[in-house]
Amino acid sequence: MKEKDPEKEKRKIKSAARMKEIMTHYYIEAKTADQSGKKVAWITSGGPVEPLIAMEVIPIYPENHGAMIGASKMGKDLCEKAERMGYSSDLCSYACSDIACSPINGGPIGGLPRPDMLICCTNICGTVLKWYEIQARYYGAPLFILDTPFCHTDFPEQAKRYVRRQLDEYMDFLEKVCGRKIDYDKMKEVGKLSIEGQKLWKAVLDTATHRPAPLSAFDAFFHLALIVTLRGTAQVVEYYTLLLKEMNERIDAGIGAVENEQYRLLWDNIPIWYRTKWLSEKFASHGACLVADTYTSAWCGSLEYLNENDFIETMAEGYSRIYLNIGIDKMAEIVISLIDKYDADGIVMHSNRSCKPYSFGQYDIQKIVREKRKIPSLIIDADMVDERFFSESQVETRIDAFMEVIKGTSARE
Amino acid sequence: MTHMDILEELKRHPYEYARKYKSERGRPIVGYFCSYTPEELIFAADTLPFRLFGTGEHIRLADTHLQAYCCSLVKGALEDAMTGRLDFLDGVVFPHTCDTIQRLSDIWRLNLPLGFHMDVVLPVKLNALSSRRYMIDVLMEFRRNLENAFRKKITDEALLDSLNTYNRIRLLLQKIHDLKYEYPGVIAGEDLHSIMMASMIMDRSELADVLERIAGDLESRKNTSPSPPGERIVLSGGSCNLLDIYGIVEEAGAAVVGDDFCTGSRYYEGLLTIDMNPVEAIAERYLTRNVCPAKHSGLSTRADNIISVVRERKAGGVVFVLLKFCDPHAFDYPSLKGALDQEGIPSTLIEIEDQSSADGRVKTRLEAFIEMLKRKDRKEGELSGAGK
Ligand code: SF4
Ligand code: SF4
Ligand code: SF4
Repeated sequence: MKEKDPEKEKRKIKSAARMKEIMTHYYIEAKTADQSGKKVAWITSGGPVEPLIAMEVIPIYPENHGAMIGASKMGKDLCEKAERMGYSSDLCSYACSDIACSPINGGPIGGLPRPDMLICCTNICGTVLKWYEIQARYYGAPLFILDTPFCHTDFPEQAKRYVRRQLDEYMDFLEKVCGRKIDYDKMKEVGKLSIEGQKLWKAVLDTATHRPAPLSAFDAFFHLALIVTLRGTAQVVEYYTLLLKEMNERIDAGIGAVENEQYRLLWDNIPIWYRTKWLSEKFASHGACLVADTYTSAWCGSLEYLNENDFIETMAEGYSRIYLNIGIDKMAEIVISLIDKYDADGIVMHSNRSCKPYSFGQYDIQKIVREKRKIPSLIIDADMVDERFFSESQVETRIDAFMEVIKGTSARE
Repeated sequence: MTHMDILEELKRHPYEYARKYKSERGRPIVGYFCSYTPEELIFAADTLPFRLFGTGEHIRLADTHLQAYCCSLVKGALEDAMTGRLDFLDGVVFPHTCDTIQRLSDIWRLNLPLGFHMDVVLPVKLNALSSRRYMIDVLMEFRRNLENAFRKKITDEALLDSLNTYNRIRLLLQKIHDLKYEYPGVIAGEDLHSIMMASMIMDRSELADVLERIAGDLESRKNTSPSPPGERIVLSGGSCNLLDIYGIVEEAGAAVVGDDFCTGSRYYEGLLTIDMNPVEAIAERYLTRNVCPAKHSGLSTRADNIISVVRERKAGGVVFVLLKFCDPHAFDYPSLKGALDQEGIPSTLIEIEDQSSADGRVKTRLEAFIEMLKRKDRKEGELSGAGK
């Protein structure tokens, strides 16, 4: 048997095993929902999951499915299949690969469980509207749309009223599909757990402000699945408490995510799922750790608008003012605050052709960051799921060149 | 110059028209995107609503703000703005539709000091009670914002006048299209395109007069018009930038007899109700007219509509036109095509990068499609003949 590298072993996050267990269990439960009699709802990653949890409906996240497809390198095949179905290769590869899975029960888990309903929140993009329409037609399941008006510069009163009214429409929709009343006491409890989960997730991410960072953005990409998928359950609280404890222990023991961390970088946009390992090793080989990112922090980014004692009333704002539903200048402010908080030396931006609302505006954000913080940035052109749009040699050359710049600027300081 | 010449001139040189208009009339000009812009309110503020299509010339500056996977309409408009070609604008209105326009608005706001900047964040779903109320709220706010920008009140009378003008324009456009569909030879597709383009640019009162005369001309020569080309085609898909596809289809040997473009039928369909609150009337029209794929009003509305247009106009097939990198339309295409397939209605798809790429390749494809329709017609003719 091959000897395990003790250096590598030391850096492995032990809680990950528990996380895998929870996720496996969750998918098994979801896939056997027809036997347990529980209803299944497909919901967008930024969607209000709490009422579903309160109604004991199993939430399924097609975007998480997309990420799994990407990570298991099945994206190219499925996207090509979507093209044969008539979907342009320029469309979001989460949507395309998921749509292609449905008729063949394809993908890493043999397709998602059939939805009894679909809940689409427009706070991340216009793509999800089209994607959910397509799947609602395919499965003949009812679709609820929570329309969260885009906040270019502010979130006006009338928009707040609109979202609040829709939340009532949402509850009515759920009661109708489930055939029973929603338990508002339970809802309150779920709201509290949701906020507690988000706070713990934030605390976990915050540990990376420490030098060396006990976890990297690549770790966060993995551990994120729970706050996306099971937000509002006690399980999330339990798991992130465990993870937080481990992170604090690592800090005490001086264990960093990257051996001999010298440079700290920020990641922007959705991960390149089929290349996370390669990228993480590539940066680590330069002594660089990606200490924070705009993606995983989005699931605790609107905490300031939520009130745990008044969850339903504050949900409207909390779900509307999220990272992708605000203007570029506001996004740049958040990027800058991350740079300051994590003391980043540079920023790596994934220009993700799949995700237009995330990627258009990156050049402007880059410019604003350059002016205000004078740190170097790198843009990687790729796609989060479809490997056809990734050129390893090109990306490698650019990362090497970028790291030379980082080393140069850090040395001058 | 004939009325058609005027409109053609306008289509060729829209920005020159705008500059001249401004210097001669001294009226403010408000740029806008998309047919979800409540033009009626802009017009009621005594200004010229001027739709931006982007000339698509030498994209250079826009490339420093937008990646390669952005549609040519948005890139083209940004380029025109950054190179100063749009310096006649007093302000720009961005309705919320697709993700690309959404970000264009941000980029524009941060980089271009071209007068005022207004976002009109209309609802995405149009078929809920809550959306109706929100739609009205947003329109009322837009009215107030315009009043502030121009330091002038938009009275109910002015608004009513505007609604009447728009109704008149839309009725005339409807009439011209109906004539075209019944007598395809009465006006060339290309001219129809010029008419639509001018309708979103020209001074609206003058436009109404010109349209009136054109409709009269067509009416008088409908019976003597040349007999139409054989195949009847309905156009569907994206047309934020109003591609000149009409001419290309007709050159390939077919007549355009219908469309579901927002720069076509969706622009003139649905009149404004006059005996209700004018702002609510505008909302009502948006809520009930045929929907853009960037909005939602049910799962089969667009498919149902295109099928009924094909049937009504006795069209042989549908040509889908997609602008490259246009997500909302590209997502709708497979299910629309599927619905047509089920009804036995043939269709073809052409993807276009920008106006200049609507070239030989596209023409060949269209010719092959039209040839196929002809063969199908002949075969069906023989079959029904044999059955006699
Ligand atoms: S377009 Fe972007 S935000 Fe929308 S589903 Fe795709 S990746 Fe997610
Ligand atoms: S196609 Fe839709 S988004 Fe584009 S201009 Fe028309 S209505 Fe607006
Ligand atoms: S709807 Fe399509 S063509 Fe229109 S602006 Fe958006 S992406 Fe471009």
